[in-house]
Amino acid sequence: MPQRLFGTATIDVDADGFMTDFAQWTREVAAAIAKEEGIVELTPAHWKVIEFMHKEFKENGQVPSIRKLNKSGVVTTKELYDLFPGGPAKKAAKIAGMKKPEGCV
Amino acid sequence: MEDQIKKVSIIISKGGLDGVYPGLIMANGARMEGIEANLFFTFFGMDAITKKRMGKIKIATVGNPGMHMPSLAGILPGFSAFATSMMMKTMDKIDIPPVPEYIEMAADAGCKLYACKATVDMFKLKKEDFCPQVDSIINVGKFYEIAAGGHIIFT
Repeated sequence: MPQRLFGTATIDVDADGFMTDFAQWTREVAAAIAKEEGIVELTPAHWKVIEFMHKEFKENGQVPSIRKLNKSGVVTTKELYDLFPGGPAKKAAKIAGMKKPEGCV
Repeated sequence: MEDQIKKVSIIISKGGLDGVYPGLIMANGARMEGIEANLFFTFFGMDAITKKRMGKIKIATVGNPGMHMPSLAGILPGFSAFATSMMMKTMDKIDIPPVPEYIEMAADAGCKLYACKATVDMFKLKKEDFCPQVDSIINVGKFYEIAAGGHIIFT
């Protein structure tokens, strides 16, 4: 399994760079992945999305869809695309240390 | 990657749920991958962006071999509405939104929506007849101009 080194943290990732062991996730790792994805700084708005995704995953075992995020009141679809430009569902999941979203919506 | 798709322009020409959903899924899915997406609605596909029709789009139960049932059963009153409601329930479970919400979601995702001029003239429609997400009414020449440099998908 491929590994990545972020600062002092070594993390396991899949072929697309998504983390495979959530226990290795830290806020520093998230910030480092974000930088690679072109997000210079994770703002409170980004963190709100990431925290909601973690909560949803804990409760349902699923990475929430853009539709679910929009309906949650945490972030609108427009804001989500602004926060994570060029593929919000995938990028947010990657930064949040979750698996690649599988749905089509 | 050089061989990545950067832009798609999708034509939705057919009415009915099975006519409009594939194009919507592909356009919204493109935006989810960071691909620029345009949607061009023509002929009966235009129901998906027409205010008074977009919330009432049904699945055809007559003459639709994909329904796996005799067409005679499909002519029963209310059968199309019933089949549609069953299908919508299933789709909601897997997070596929109803047409009006899908249109809004795609537009919020940055997808551009256009209505076909020839169809607008034929059905005597006006800009006000369309949902606010529709950018403009354009002719086929303008469509090609907008689609230039990308892929065109006809559904």
